Amino acid sequence: MNSGIEKDVEAKDTTEEHSDNSENTKSDSMSKGDAKKFYEEKGLDLSPDVPVKPKPIPTFEKSLADKISSKFGDKLRVDYVRADRIRVTTKREDIIDVAKFIRDELKYDHAESVSGVDYPDSSEIEVIYHLGSYTDEKLGRQIFALATRVPREDIPNPGSDATRTPSLRDVFYSVEFHERECFEMFGVYFEGHPDMRRLLLPEDWADIPPFRKDFKIKGR
Amino acid sequence: MTTQLPPGMNIETVDDKIMTLNVGPQHPGSGHMRLIIKVDGDYIVSCDPDPGYVHRGEEKMAEYRNYIQNIPHLERPVIHDSSNILYPYCLGVEELLGIEVPERAKYIRVIAAELNRCIYILYWLAIYGIFLGHSTMFMWPAGDRELFIDLLEAMSGARVTHAYLVPGGVRNDLPSNFEERCLRQVEYFEKRLKEYEAVFYQNPLLKARTEGSGILSRTDAIRLGTTGSVLRASGVDFDVRKKEPYDVYENLDFQTIVMKEGDSYARSRVPYLEMFESCRIIKDALRKMPKSGSVRTKLKPNPKGGNDEVYRRIESGRGAIGYYIVSNNRPEPYRVKISVGSFRNLICMPYLLKGEKLGNMPAVYWGLNYWPVEADR
Amino acid sequence: MLKELLNQDTAPHATNVLVGKLGDVLIRAVGKPFDMAINWGRIYSLWPVHLETACCSVEFGAASSPRYDVERFGIIEAFGSLRQCDLIVVMGTITRKMAPRLRMVYDQMPDPKYVIAMGACAITGGLYFDSYNVLPGIDGILPVDVYVPGCPPRPETLIQGCMLLQEKIKRTKAK
Repeated sequence: MNSGIEKDVEAKDTTEEHSDNSENTKSDSMSKGDAKKFYEEKGLDLSPDVPVKPKPIPTFEKSLADKISSKFGDKLRVDYVRADRIRVTTKREDIIDVAKFIRDELKYDHAESVSGVDYPDSSEIEVIYHLGSYTDEKLGRQIFALATRVPREDIPNPGSDATRTPSLRDVFYSVEFHERECFEMFGVYFEGHPDMRRLLLPEDWADIPPFRKDFKIKGR
Repeated sequence: MTTQLPPGMNIETVDDKIMTLNVGPQHPGSGHMRLIIKVDGDYIVSCDPDPGYVHRGEEKMAEYRNYIQNIPHLERPVIHDSSNILYPYCLGVEELLGIEVPERAKYIRVIAAELNRCIYILYWLAIYGIFLGHSTMFMWPAGDRELFIDLLEAMSGARVTHAYLVPGGVRNDLPSNFEERCLRQVEYFEKRLKEYEAVFYQNPLLKARTEGSGILSRTDAIRLGTTGSVLRASGVDFDVRKKEPYDVYENLDFQTIVMKEGDSYARSRVPYLEMFESCRIIKDALRKMPKSGSVRTKLKPNPKGGNDEVYRRIESGRGAIGYYIVSNNRPEPYRVKISVGSFRNLICMPYLLKGEKLGNMPAVYWGLNYWPVEADR
Repeated sequence: MLKELLNQDTAPHATNVLVGKLGDVLIRAVGKPFDMAINWGRIYSLWPVHLETACCSVEFGAASSPRYDVERFGIIEAFGSLRQCDLIVVMGTITRKMAPRLRMVYDQMPDPKYVIAMGACAITGGLYFDSYNVLPGIDGILPVDVYVPGCPPRPETLIQGCMLLQEKIKRTKAK
């Protein structure tokens, strides 16, 4: 098919395109100062890695987001509405009500994943439920991200400290094992979960939950 | 007993009828996991899965490596389906970094993913066959699998760990006369697959062991959040390739396999029928693929993602794989969460095995299309 | 000593011990000339324990597929009870949860027993050198006879590793 020479040519092409782009950005920013000029002469690229392209907000997703925000008002914040993806954040006290609304009114019927994200700077752990739908034809390509934040303690004591949130197992049955994983990896206790035990880690794990940011892996 | 036990431990009260069995991790019928099964005579009373024997902390390791360095270790959970587990990662990183993929690369990716799906399903079928005591069904798929491995080895250079898909396209172009070779092998394989039907799926012994065992109804399949072949065997028409087509799947001609029964037999048959569809996809993609052009958009060295997050999913041999990637203006991702089909199907295990005969345990367990290394990550 | 052993009151399990002692005496008496014969028997019955520990088991399975067909050498017969095995192939990563189980399996195997460390993870931790849950190689817990490198090793490499083990057994004294 393609010989090696052709491949080389292609590679050159792509690099040329890249240099073209960077030259364009350079010519825009040339006038901004000598320091930038200095760096650019050295060959360092100062253009942002991610090109900012504003996209139109899709209507169907917007209607779903409007539905839920009109119901709950300021109890809930819509973080973004993109093509096929909606994300809302709510307080942990309201999460069961919001989840019930999502299940009954918006017809999302299962959870794809439950992930935690540790934010030590703001001393919080975020728990995100990615919800999807099998039954509704229109929602097939949608993912609804429902997030909540729980307080984080510097010296964790999983199960008996303030890092806890209501479990969504009664609303979405499929979160059972995901929540167990989140419990051992972040120390977030899910209240009302019938079986909050360790799942993946060894039985004798005595360290802090490993996915927290202050748990450093060796040599790093 | 007078000995003081440590807090949290208690001695099990033993009923004469109920017996506890540890199936695994060293057991011919289990993989890299343990099932704590309680049996009453020959019937399973309860089952408590204990995974985590291969938990290697992939998600934590990903936070210390940049977007390109993450490729090799993220494919290790399923080395025999490595293109598919890398696929959503590549899609997610492309969305984060705003990269466009060349048209030819999209087709090559689909071909690699479908070849890899066949490799995975054939391996699974081989294991399924031998655990049900059918040695022929180990030898045939394990032998035919090598044909696809040869193709992918020619594409990528490695036997199983290809690392062929990268953010921005594929690592290198197809080798010379790949199209003819691929077409020839796929056509041979389609003929060969029909023989499996006669020797395995019409076998009365297999039917006796699997038909009517481990029934998962449609409502329960949805409620438990199962995915992949388990879901489609219970009559739910859901395939990410159809519902949320990524790359060029919307241009290609295939259909979703759905069966109504929801028993072990249906669960073992859905992946087999999907291989026919995979062959159709490969042939169609070879026909529609642009014959020349670039196959990879070069990334900048050490690219930084914005202050953003992304959730992308694809359909693999075991179900949907979703990657949730959070980035914070650094070359390394801030958090990577891999939501895999095996882990999501794990929840069915206690549910399906209850009330089942112990002898049917392998049929139900392997029918779930469960690969423990992937589930533990 | 023999008298002690034959006295049923002082040593309740004496018969077993007696048989074991007699076996030792027998081996010492006939050992030297029969070494070769015993070892010859052993090298063609290397049956591994069915203990999959990580992803290298895929290539282990492929080794018994029709293309490679490792059973034609009389080794790595895919099934067998733990009590009848004399080889343990450690297929890949050993996590901290698996390590005690691996040792337990090894301890239950009858002598003589041999260990093959298959894959980079089993040798040094490999790709997972900085993971919090992975042992940096299994030689801390098991005495390894042959290291088979690769990530994962191709089936040919595994076959070569087994043949190296056969060579090794041929040259050792029969215990």
